[in-house]
Amino acid sequence: MSYRIEGATGEWEVVIGLEVHAQISTEAKLFSGAATAFGAEPNTQVSLVDAAMPGMLPVLNRECIRQAVRTGLAIDAQINQWSRFDRKNYFYADLPQGYQISQLYHPIVGEGAIEIVPDDKHPDQTKVIGVERIHVEQDAGKLMHDQHPTMSYVDLNRSGVALMEIVSKPDMTSPAEAGAYLAKLRTILRYVGSCDGNMDQGSMRADVNVSVRRAGEPLGTRTETKNVNSVRFVMATVEYEASRQVDVLEAGGKIVQETRLFDPDSGTTRSMRSKEDAHDYRYFPDPDLLPLILTDEFVEECRASLPELPDAKRKRYETALGLSAYNAGVLTADADTARWFERLLTDSARRQGKAESEVARATSNWLTSELFGALNKHGRTLSDSPISPEAGGELLALVGDGTISGSIAKQVLEKMLETGDAPGVIVEREGLTQTSDTGAIEAAVDAILAANADKVAQYRAGKEALFGFFVGQTMKAMQGKGNPQLVNQVLKARL
Amino acid sequence: MADLTDLGIAAIRDGVAKGDFTATEVAGAFNAAVAEANPTLNAFIVTTPDHALAAAAKVDAARAAGQPLGPLAGVPIGMKDLFATQGVQTTAASHILEGFIPQYESTVSQKLWDAGAGMLGKLNLDQFAMGSSNETSAFGDVISPWRATGDTAARAPGGSSGGSSAAVAARIAAAATGTDTGGSIRQPAAFTGISGIKPTYGRCSRWGIVAFASSLDQAGAMAHDVTDCAIMLGAMAGFDARDSTSLDLPVPAWADQLSDNLTGLKVGIPREYRIDGLNADVARSWDDGIAWLKDAGAQVVDISLPHTKYALPTYYIIAPAEASSNLARYDGVRYGLRELPDGAGLQDMYAATRAAGFGAEVKRRILIGTYVLSAGYYDAYYTQAQKVRTLIARDFEHAFREVDVILTPTAPTSAFALGKKSDDPLEMYLNDVFSVPASLAGLPAMSVPCGLDRSGLPLGLHLIGRPFDEQGVLNAGLAIERRAGFSAKPAKWW
Repeated sequence: MSYRIEGATGEWEVVIGLEVHAQISTEAKLFSGAATAFGAEPNTQVSLVDAAMPGMLPVLNRECIRQAVRTGLAIDAQINQWSRFDRKNYFYADLPQGYQISQLYHPIVGEGAIEIVPDDKHPDQTKVIGVERIHVEQDAGKLMHDQHPTMSYVDLNRSGVALMEIVSKPDMTSPAEAGAYLAKLRTILRYVGSCDGNMDQGSMRADVNVSVRRAGEPLGTRTETKNVNSVRFVMATVEYEASRQVDVLEAGGKIVQETRLFDPDSGTTRSMRSKEDAHDYRYFPDPDLLPLILTDEFVEECRASLPELPDAKRKRYETALGLSAYNAGVLTADADTARWFERLLTDSARRQGKAESEVARATSNWLTSELFGALNKHGRTLSDSPISPEAGGELLALVGDGTISGSIAKQVLEKMLETGDAPGVIVEREGLTQTSDTGAIEAAVDAILAANADKVAQYRAGKEALFGFFVGQTMKAMQGKGNPQLVNQVLKARL
Repeated sequence: MADLTDLGIAAIRDGVAKGDFTATEVAGAFNAAVAEANPTLNAFIVTTPDHALAAAAKVDAARAAGQPLGPLAGVPIGMKDLFATQGVQTTAASHILEGFIPQYESTVSQKLWDAGAGMLGKLNLDQFAMGSSNETSAFGDVISPWRATGDTAARAPGGSSGGSSAAVAARIAAAATGTDTGGSIRQPAAFTGISGIKPTYGRCSRWGIVAFASSLDQAGAMAHDVTDCAIMLGAMAGFDARDSTSLDLPVPAWADQLSDNLTGLKVGIPREYRIDGLNADVARSWDDGIAWLKDAGAQVVDISLPHTKYALPTYYIIAPAEASSNLARYDGVRYGLRELPDGAGLQDMYAATRAAGFGAEVKRRILIGTYVLSAGYYDAYYTQAQKVRTLIARDFEHAFREVDVILTPTAPTSAFALGKKSDDPLEMYLNDVFSVPASLAGLPAMSVPCGLDRSGLPLGLHLIGRPFDEQGVLNAGLAIERRAGFSAKPAKWW
């Protein structure tokens, strides 16, 4: 179903484009050797170049370019083997040079595409969102207004940090698509390793361009909401901004091309500056830098260094491993999750002496339902899980070889989370090994049947639903350690 | 010992090495000459006698210990105040940087200290190297040591390296660094009867040099003669990974390969440089130069550089455009001047700081540069200028298929009196008419003194070479120097 805004005068379509700023994960800044670590003391990661001291010159950091090219390749984009840096000139206290070095005229990456799943519930319904370009540029510093009653302070740690600006085409038509695009882009960046995608630390932020129109009409005037820093906020921005624009238009007003700010507390946007106040940035080629020329070898080296990307991985999980579309989607949505799963799978298959494809379904089910559920209950995620993939593999192997039952495995998992001990140790210590001793099971079954003679009679009279009751009682009597298949067998024989 | 300050680089270095005198004696003599002359000539913004003495002491100690000496061992030089010098005020002759003391040393100055040179002080210049007469400095005019015959009017030392040219000509520095964006080494050298070379763009690192126009700025040497220029440039040049436009090429042994035998060399004489109303003495000096080069074995060829007439307007679009952006960092936030009127916000602080800090010529060029980069004007001015720049470079490429070096006058006149042109920027800009084309094409070029005009003021001849062929320029310069026999010095009046 396409997304429409129901106005007083009829339906409106929304058109959305995103400009995402992604901080390139490198040790050093784009044009200086200064460090880029997050959270350092103010002004401790500032070189003479970053502070724009007289006579200082930029020198391009090769690794930043490598990451931008790898990102471009990951979205099947055109790599421009000739690109150039331009200066964007404006005065601000967080911009020591008085210009930002960016790429206006000749970006390093041209057109590419990203496939999204707008609705999780329909993992098969995909849409392709075009990417217009990726260029590389410097970040600015940070102003601090709360340090002094009458003055603002400047922290230049971020000044000169490398950013990729990833510009989409105006191909999105709903908040869900915008959210899915941003989430998918973050997934790809994390797979590639070119950006850590930590939106709460400002490593990734989006400028959201929104306009509305009647179906079939040309594009309306757009507004640009700056620096939105979560998937949820991007969706909220689109939602608010689209309905605000419809309200304005239906009241006979006009949308002005302007820059707006999103307020997370109220979920609304407000005007920051209009086009009339827009700077004339006087872009021109930076004369301190030569054009950037990439050799075929460099591009091929970048291509060869790419890991398996999320779309390919998801398809492989479905076809080669036989996972459900849902599980494949969940496990590949995050590079770390996929990495965790693959370690778990390898370990679990090895311990059980089976092929990965044989144990993949059980392994993926355990991870997505058992472990995620248990971690969630403890307020944790996979990234701070006290359980390693290898410990998980051991637990799955204990189930696989019949040492413990599935329900005991749940208890063991709980204990693992509490104590951090290995599953084998817990099973041993707590005596949780499954009983396959037919004599013990028969004794337990006989006792249950004797104690519930009335229910036995009802069962024999045709109330077969009571079978589950006898299983439950037997297992309970055996503290869950009875081998479920054997318990079933014995019960069937006795009844 | 009275004449130590008459010596140039080679003579001082060799004298120190032989033990004819000590580096400390040389430094002392120059320090004294600076102290005596500077109140009148105003060539130095700050003097650093201790730096010169400390460098000299090191050289003397190294010699005593039998250690090898650098190519400029014991030579006291002046450092144009556009080069950042660690711990020594660096101003670009602008009020906006007054009191700024860098924590770093420019690549070029460091190389000179490593070669054994010492620093007498920071030399005055046109503010941010913008000017042709040294009259735009915030630290006052430099007075040329030269006077016209029978005239005591103060003369311009040329610009922007006017402190450099005046100091070398007055023999208060054995040599000096210069920088050249459109002629700022060559024109002042010509005005003061000394030699000056601007190498191929990229030969000398720009790291630590206050930027004027990045695609044009190039450091070079200003000295008594061609040999000293070759020695000094050899010490200044070389690849620097901190400058992305630095040439990653070995530095040839220019000084060792100097030769005035030009047999087989072809010298081009561009007809477009014979401008209407060319000063008769300048025209005569050019003819002299042609004769001398022929005498040295060269063949002289008429050539055409058809886009020459567009060079000056092209330069005055590109250089201010780059400058308008390069000078944006002087904003009162981190260093240098800050003007903070009562109740001022950020924009007010910028405006007040830059209004108070920059001189009129700097403001003029920032305005021109801002204009030509503005939306709606960019293509008509900046893009067009870049195209013409390419055509000018192509003119030279074509010419250098035919000839090895090009000979022209350095400047259209000899040194004018101070104040004569400072009210008319266009008139002032015309001083660079012969020097600007080589700058736009990034070519090595030098000025060598060739004689005096009828008023007794020096004239220079200008040699332009192929990219990377500093040797060709130096050799042709040497041939002129030896035949011109220029030995005139300003009579000491200060």
